[in-house]
Amino acid sequence: MIRILGELSLYLALLFAFMQSVIPLWGCWKKNLYAVACARPAAIGQFVFVLLAYLLLTYAFITNDFSIGYVAANSHTALPFMYRATAVWGAHEGSILLWVLILAIWTIVTAKPKNFNPLVLSILGLISFCFLIFTLFTSNPFAAAQLGQIPQDLNPLLQDPGFVIHPPMLYMGYVGFSTAFAITIASLLQGTLDREWIHTAKNYALAAWCFLTFGIMLGSWWAYRVLGWGGFWFWDPVENASLLPWLAGTALIHVLLLVEKRGTAKAWAALLAIICFSLSLLGTFLVRSGVLISAHTFASDPSRGVFLLLLFAILLLGGLTIYLLRMPATNAKPIIFPLLSRETSLLINSALLMIAMSTILLGTLYPLIVDALHLGSVSVGAPYFNLVMLPILFITMIAMGAAALCQGQSKQEWWHIARKNLVISLVCATALIGFFTHTLDWLSIVSIALSFWIILSILPIVKLQPGMSIAHLGFAVLVIGIILSSTLNQEREVRMKPGLAERVGPYQFFFIDTAGVSGSNYRGIRAEFEVLKNTHHVTSLYPEKRIYTVRDMVMTKVDIHPGIFRDLYIALGEPLDHDFWSVRIYYKPFIRWIWFGGLLMMAGGILAIATKRKVGQKLA
Amino acid sequence: MNKIHKKRLSILFFSTLAVAVAVSLILYALRQNINAFLTPTEIAAKQLAPDYHCRLGGLVKNGTLIRDQYSLSVQFVVTDLQHEITVYYNGILPDLFREGKGVIAEGNVDATGHFNATQILAKHDENYKPRKLQNMQGTT
Repeated sequence: MIRILGELSLYLALLFAFMQSVIPLWGCWKKNLYAVACARPAAIGQFVFVLLAYLLLTYAFITNDFSIGYVAANSHTALPFMYRATAVWGAHEGSILLWVLILAIWTIVTAKPKNFNPLVLSILGLISFCFLIFTLFTSNPFAAAQLGQIPQDLNPLLQDPGFVIHPPMLYMGYVGFSTAFAITIASLLQGTLDREWIHTAKNYALAAWCFLTFGIMLGSWWAYRVLGWGGFWFWDPVENASLLPWLAGTALIHVLLLVEKRGTAKAWAALLAIICFSLSLLGTFLVRSGVLISAHTFASDPSRGVFLLLLFAILLLGGLTIYLLRMPATNAKPIIFPLLSRETSLLINSALLMIAMSTILLGTLYPLIVDALHLGSVSVGAPYFNLVMLPILFITMIAMGAAALCQGQSKQEWWHIARKNLVISLVCATALIGFFTHTLDWLSIVSIALSFWIILSILPIVKLQPGMSIAHLGFAVLVIGIILSSTLNQEREVRMKPGLAERVGPYQFFFIDTAGVSGSNYRGIRAEFEVLKNTHHVTSLYPEKRIYTVRDMVMTKVDIHPGIFRDLYIALGEPLDHDFWSVRIYYKPFIRWIWFGGLLMMAGGILAIATKRKVGQKLA
Repeated sequence: MNKIHKKRLSILFFSTLAVAVAVSLILYALRQNINAFLTPTEIAAKQLAPDYHCRLGGLVKNGTLIRDQYSLSVQFVVTDLQHEITVYYNGILPDLFREGKGVIAEGNVDATGHFNATQILAKHDENYKPRKLQNMQGTT
């Protein structure tokens, strides 16, 4: 029953998406007001039916309706309620449905009752139409279960609170850039690349960027807690796929600011909006097509890959063609900004972000290209990304601080402050690193010094531009977190049994005991560790080893004692002979700063949207 | 060629130079950090330098996993059903490591023809198999 209703509502949504895309387009062309006015009701209709399909699938999961193949493949009666309600996006079909739902939400947000652009709705409708076809014909979440299909349970790796909100947030970001894309393309088609375009595009890009930042941060936190390797970023192709639109989106926001203030670099901004959305699509393609040999790739059906690649090519080529044909030629002489100005640094930063994006793109796609040309199978290691990102990061950070210092003073004054700040930050960084590590590793000193340099430059202007300042402070905190946690990190992989102790950093870890444990869909062993620092009790940690019985899959459940300045992290390895276990213990200073920095960046973005509104209200 | 032309030419020259340097540095970095993915048969066929870093993919042969009594050292045999190679590793094996299942080891082949792994890769999908081994069904 649910199966038929769900499929029906998807078909109805497809119909509405078709109406939303084709009729207003025709109306704009023929100047038919009735056809143009169709856009909003059609968008609402599409939203209602996508939402209905989504709710039906959720209902099917909650009520354990295993007549639906997708539910049977990703759920089980023993699965806890929270995960059943969110298992919809646990695999390919459901996450594409979520993608479409989020696109419909963004569409509704764009379609304000009095003031909406039918062309924007039409473009969004077109994207939605393509994805609905993709859903219905290559990955239908409501397809019937095969005869005798046994409920398979949700992938245990995804049974984590971090996973519950990570995909929706990430998709809000990914898909959010489609609005900036649609607004830009619509303005190009209508020849109205004006202030209105800048303002709306900027707000939507900022909102999408905030969601994407939050989504990436949650993903990193999930990987840290669930994968049991204590890392926060692996340069895995799927992680890169989310970082690419983030970098392009960051560049887009900065260039839009420049356009808003100075009316220049419009062409660059429009191009960035197109690139940004293409990268979101590329991300979806990379994750969902199964071309990557990667950690999270769960889909591996070639027809899906071909379809998505085709979709990607059509939308990208269409966007670029419109851009090339309709981008108004500017006769105005390009304004040359002085080297030491905010405008120049905004441009430099956007260029640097795009270089960073391209190098990551190269590293991510290189194995695919080599494979496609039948030159063998290769993989690009994390050292490549670290190596090429470091110089780009340094130059970007220099520019970030230098730009914040530009407050309309003379060159001499600027140099005076800059020199002072540079010396202070270098001395502090050297002292800090020297104190903690007793060595002078110049890479960490430079990174920390540049973070201080940004903070020192930003602090005086926090009140003037709170959004931008907090986002940039967040970035500095993030870099400090990354550098300090990787240089000060201590880890041991040891063979231990109850009664033995191990020293990691300033802490002693006593292995007390192990006991059996069981949950609704797993059983396992729980170990007890007592952590002491100079004979003072700090905490007790209970890492687990679980077997999820339905899939017969072994999982490590780490236990973490978080703190502002350090995390203590224990993961059980394997049971060995004679009560011995292999145990992985980490002492990770400053790791929380990474996610705290990410949160600050997101908060800065939200603040930037909010403060702009306030200014607008004052003027009105 | 007047002064403006000269200036433009020099700008063009230097920006081309900068781009060329950047691209060659990036390509160099890429070249240094690419790991070839090889099967035991390919390793047997090639004479690899002892410091040649690569990835080895195959199935863990049943009944070949041996653990050291006092440390975390392990050894096991990786096979592609034609050739076999012994892998040495010191550390904790990932959750999805099982005899008879696919595995990827990163490291290098030493002079005696054994594979010294620096990392055993955890693949998060239990149905995952290295692409070259996808035709191989069953266990050894």
